[in-house]
Amino acid sequence: MATAVAQPVERENYLNKEYGALSWLFTTDHKRIALLYLASITFFFFIGGFFALLIRLELLTPVGDLVQADTYNKLFTMHGMVMVFFFLIPSIPAVLGNFLVPLMIGAKDLAFPRVNLLSWYLYIIGGVIMLHCMLTGGVDTGWTFYTPFSTAYTNTKIVEAGIAIFIAGFSSILTGLNFVVTIHRMRAPGMTWSRLPLFIWAHYATSIVQLLGTPVIAITILLVAAERLLHLGIFDPRLGGDPLLFQHLFWFYSHPAVYIMILPSMGVISEVIACYTRKRIFGYKFVALSSIGIAVLGFLVWAHHMFVAGISVYAALVFSLLSYAVGVPSAVKVFNWTATMYRGSIHYDAPMLYAFGFLGLFTIGGLTGLFLACLGVDPHVTDTYFVVAHFHYIMVGGAVMGYLGGMHFWWPKISGRLYPEGWAKLAALIVFIGFNLTFFPQFILGYLGMPRRYYQYPGEFQVLNVLSTAGATVLGIGYLLPMVYFLWSMRYGKPAPDNPWNAAGLEWQTQSPPTTFNFDQEPVVTWEAYNYEQLGEFPPEQEARGV
Amino acid sequence: MSDQAAAAVHEEGHNPALLHHFAEPEQQRDAASLGMWVFLATELMFFGGMFCAYLIYRLKYFGDFAAASSTLNTALGATNTGVLICSSLTVVLAVWVAQTARRTLLITSLILTLILGCAFLGIKGVEYHDKFVEHHVPGPSFSFENEPIPGHPGQFANPNHAQIYFALYFIMTGLHAVHMIIGIGIFVWLLTLAWKRRLTPEYNTPVEIGGLYWHFVDIVWIYLFPLLYLIDKHK
Repeated sequence: MATAVAQPVERENYLNKEYGALSWLFTTDHKRIALLYLASITFFFFIGGFFALLIRLELLTPVGDLVQADTYNKLFTMHGMVMVFFFLIPSIPAVLGNFLVPLMIGAKDLAFPRVNLLSWYLYIIGGVIMLHCMLTGGVDTGWTFYTPFSTAYTNTKIVEAGIAIFIAGFSSILTGLNFVVTIHRMRAPGMTWSRLPLFIWAHYATSIVQLLGTPVIAITILLVAAERLLHLGIFDPRLGGDPLLFQHLFWFYSHPAVYIMILPSMGVISEVIACYTRKRIFGYKFVALSSIGIAVLGFLVWAHHMFVAGISVYAALVFSLLSYAVGVPSAVKVFNWTATMYRGSIHYDAPMLYAFGFLGLFTIGGLTGLFLACLGVDPHVTDTYFVVAHFHYIMVGGAVMGYLGGMHFWWPKISGRLYPEGWAKLAALIVFIGFNLTFFPQFILGYLGMPRRYYQYPGEFQVLNVLSTAGATVLGIGYLLPMVYFLWSMRYGKPAPDNPWNAAGLEWQTQSPPTTFNFDQEPVVTWEAYNYEQLGEFPPEQEARGV
Repeated sequence: MSDQAAAAVHEEGHNPALLHHFAEPEQQRDAASLGMWVFLATELMFFGGMFCAYLIYRLKYFGDFAAASSTLNTALGATNTGVLICSSLTVVLAVWVAQTARRTLLITSLILTLILGCAFLGIKGVEYHDKFVEHHVPGPSFSFENEPIPGHPGQFANPNHAQIYFALYFIMTGLHAVHMIIGIGIFVWLLTLAWKRRLTPEYNTPVEIGGLYWHFVDIVWIYLFPLLYLIDKHK
């Protein structure tokens, strides 16, 4: 821990090696590209958040006073498109994954550094087109583009939004491709598959979904654009086409896309829980393989989004059963994390608070998913706020909690500075309270029958809606806080030692922040993952963590 | 420090083609090759979505699809299939001679591949032109009136359903042609590498992965041809 005290001259690292905009825009260093992604997805997160704020403001009263139906339709559509395609899907893989995958497996960089940079540029091109689309009118179909409304009726900017998502999709494919090849071919000597951190396993599974799912949404969007421009009839029942085919193709990607968001988050949680309970993850192999299990099963459940769309009862039965099956690997993870904590020496630092938040919220989100997979219950709650609450518990309560937990956990490695622990704990608490206040009332609203995607509602729903809007405000503050103190800590934070949490994993064995090629010598791994028995205790607060 | 380390690696390796973050050429080649295979898996899913749409409508509107398909020029389609199979042969030759350092043969087989690729696109262009003249391009000017359904005398194809066939025909063959154009770009690049003597028996990964891509695009056509041209030719 002595390293924390005396650091006279800042060592050369990936941040101070070169300066200037060009050294960032032409970098092929995976760590710098991760930071480029961090800045860009944060930008889109706040745009998506702004739309969410307007939605919640409109729903403060039962009548449409802030916006009318047309604008409201655009608000929830743009909120969904920005959050899904430009924040959640790239969030953990492109930022933490990009930064950590090579470090964790002991590689100098990803297998294809230039492809990695290309993926960021594609993301930016897609993002700029999306911004242009929003500023010149936006889209009002909902993020799902359902045909024939999107192809034959609406006069909003479907094709432009489609192009933006098409291009961003390629960025996602290239990230996945880079991860798969890197994990297969770039592992340091001794870093066997059974010694890989679970974060890597989770990213491997995520990459499989990105690689096999994203091309399908690409072709689907292409067909929608062609249909809209030329009225081909592929998805238009008047011309003999089948709108259900669109839904099948769309959800073939867009359901697994949820696993692109949640699997990396699960990877983060595994790392955090192991470190803050000082134990090896219970049932390592099962947790690792359950990631693959989720990725595979995730491809077989898409039609549960279509139970009321007119698919056959037999098909619905099969998809219902398969949807229940995804619960198994998910539960394997939750139970194993819980078992890891049992008799662990638990430290309630900010990342661990986010991990606790994740566990509870993901469990609620997952269990309510079973309600929706159930053919008897689904028709009652489908297209209501119950669904909205359910997927926000997974995508915000799960994925974003994991993202924030991970950002705190690895911030000393990324920035070379410690974040202020007190503020971070406060923010974690605010996020948790704000999140539940926003979305728990929506479960009740949905169950009582309030449909989603309407700008008006009957007066008796107002109390719950006011609670939800109040929660969204709290949540907004909870999200602003980390941004403020992370930026603050980059300049004023205490310099971080190489391994402030005394954590396992190769990324903690190199300096903070790492040099451009990560390790001075190629590491040789002779130990199992999460060897916390050998590492000993968590460092005392005042010495290591600058509290 | 890291600069020196990188420089040291390069000096030890004496291999200008070895990128700094790889330990040895073998690892670099394996990564590139695996990368191309993984990319081809994504391509498979990309075309897969279209094949799926095609198969569904083919089952649903078989007669209309057969009628629309019978207006295609099977002879040109078959010729193009032959052209692509020959180009696969020249690609295999290119990979083999690149590994055994025969530069003239390498350049010859790359040029042959390029010629065959361009011939394919030329023939495809003739076919597209025919369809354009016959008003079979989907859109406002599409027309498919009074076309008989093969094997069902007196029955005529539904123009809307035929339009779906032609829409899928143009999108699938069009995207295939886009992939051919990209492939030709890759092979022009390989040709310049060979010309500048940058390909050696030790370093010929570009030919190998370019070849993988070319074969994949060929295989897509091998499936497109019977699906689109030979719908009811088995009778």
